[in-house]
Amino acid sequence: MKMFFAAAAWGAGLLLASAANSDDLRGTGDLGLIIERATGTALIVESTDRTVLAQVEGLGNLSHASVVYSRDERYAYVFGRDGGLSKVDMLTGKLADRVMQAGNSIGGAVSDDGKLIAVANYKPGGVNVFDAETLELVSEVPAIYDEEGNQSKTIGLVDLPGRRFAFSLWDGGQTWILDYSSGLTPKITRLKDIGAFPYDALVSGNGRHYIVGLFGDDGLTHVDLWKEPLTVERIMEGYGKGEEPLPVYKMPHLEGWAKANGMYALPAIGRHEVLFMDERDFTEVDRVKVHGQPVFAMARPDGRQIWVNFAPPHNDTIQVIDILERKVIRTMKPGPGVLHMEFTPRGNEVWTSVRDKNEVHVYDTTDFSLKKVLPAEKPSGIFFTSRAHQLGL
Amino acid sequence: MVKTGQIAQNQLRSFLKAGLLALPFLTGAHPGALADEDVLKEAARDKLANFVQQDCGSCHGLTLEGGLGSPLLPENLEHMDADVIRDVILGGLPGTAMPSWLGLLNEEEAAFIAEGLKTGAFR
Repeated sequence: MKMFFAAAAWGAGLLLASAANSDDLRGTGDLGLIIERATGTALIVESTDRTVLAQVEGLGNLSHASVVYSRDERYAYVFGRDGGLSKVDMLTGKLADRVMQAGNSIGGAVSDDGKLIAVANYKPGGVNVFDAETLELVSEVPAIYDEEGNQSKTIGLVDLPGRRFAFSLWDGGQTWILDYSSGLTPKITRLKDIGAFPYDALVSGNGRHYIVGLFGDDGLTHVDLWKEPLTVERIMEGYGKGEEPLPVYKMPHLEGWAKANGMYALPAIGRHEVLFMDERDFTEVDRVKVHGQPVFAMARPDGRQIWVNFAPPHNDTIQVIDILERKVIRTMKPGPGVLHMEFTPRGNEVWTSVRDKNEVHVYDTTDFSLKKVLPAEKPSGIFFTSRAHQLGL
Repeated sequence: MVKTGQIAQNQLRSFLKAGLLALPFLTGAHPGALADEDVLKEAARDKLANFVQQDCGSCHGLTLEGGLGSPLLPENLEHMDADVIRDVILGGLPGTAMPSWLGLLNEEEAAFIAEGLKTGAFR
C-alpha cells in the first residue's frame, strides 16, 4: 500500500505526496458543516475533538440553508436561499462546484443511489434535479397545480426508496411523488387536497410514512407509501381543539428523526406544545406544554430524549423532554437566537447554534454539561455527515 | 389557523382605541410617543434593524428578498403606504402565514420598520 502511494506521489506531485503520508489521511464520519448565515460561509468541524477545521467561502445567501451528503460522506451539497446549489469537499475544505439553479429555494434531498440531487424551490415554484457528480440539471418539475397554470412554492422535499422523491405544494395543497427509477423523465404521482398550506414534511426512517404539517388546517396529513394506490389520510385532526392559535413567529420544521419510542414528537402549530403521536395508528398519545412555539423537536438518536427549540421571542431557550415520563426534565438558556441542534451520530453530544452570541455550544446529553464553545459567525444550521446514511435526511 | 390575522386585527382595533399600542415592547420606547424616529434611540433602532433581518428574515429572507413570505424590498412595497404596512405588521394578514406582531412590537416600532422597508434601510 505504501509503495503504491509513494509511486503515485512521485507521479502526481506535491498534492498526492501529502496524501501519501498515512498520518494525514482521515475519514469523514465525524465531520460536519455549520452554516454561517450572514456571511455566506460554512465551517467544517469535527465532532471527536470538537474543533473547526476550515471555513468555506462563497456559498451565497444562506438566510435559509440546508445540507445533504454524498453517500461516501466526502461531499456536502448546500442549498442556499438564493437558489444556489454548492458542492463542498469536506476533506479539502474547498468549494468543489456551484450552480445557480433557481431564484429562491428552501432545501434539497439526495436519491437513495446517491446519483441525483433534488432541490425544492420557491421561485420559480417546483423541483429541479441535478446529477450529483457534475451538478448538471437533468430534470425540471414545475409545480403547476391548476388549470390556470398557477405555480406553487414547494416544501417538505425528501428522498424515498427506489430513486424517488416526495414534496408538497405550499400554495397548491398537494403532495407529489417523483419516480426516477426508469430514467431521467420522472413518473409523477399527484395527490390532491392534502390540506391548506403544508409548511414542511417528514418521511419515516423506513421510507413508509410521509407526514405533512399544515399551517392552514388543524391537523396533519399522512400518506402510506407502501399502500398502492396512494391515498391521503388526515391525522391528528383537531389537535388545536378549536382554540384560537397563538401567533407563529417562525415556521416549525419537521424531520424524520422525530420518531422515538414508538411515537413521533411533533411541534404543534400555534400552540406552545409538543405533540406525541403513536407511530402505528397516528393518534395522539400525549402533549407536553413547553416554553414557546416549538421550531425543532428532535429525538436523540436512541430516542430517550426530545430536544426542543423555539420561535421568537422564546428563542434563547432549549428544553429537553424525557420520552418515558413525557415531562420537561431540563430547561437551558444558551443565549439569544438558538436556531438549530444536531446530535453527534450516537447522540452523546448535541451541537447548538446560538446566533446572536456568534457561538456554537456543545452539550453532553447525559449530564447536560457544556463541553465546548466554538466561535462562529451568526451560526444557523448544523449538519453532520452521518446524515448521509439516513433516508429522508 | 388562517383565522389568526382576522382575530388579531380585531384585537388591534380595540387596542388602538384604548391607546394601548404605545406600550413599550421590543425596544422599551417610552409610552405615548407616536411614529417619530426621535423616540427610538439609536440602540433601539439597531435592535429593530437586527430584528427585521433575523426575525422577519425567517420568512422574508435575510436580505428581504422573499422566502415563504413575499419579498419586502422597496420596489415590492411601492403600492403600499407606510401606515398600511405598519398595520399589517401589527395586525397580520388573515388567510396567510403573516402573524400579528402586536405582542412583540408597539406602534412606533412597527412604524419605524414600515418606513425602513419603504426606503430600503434594512437591506
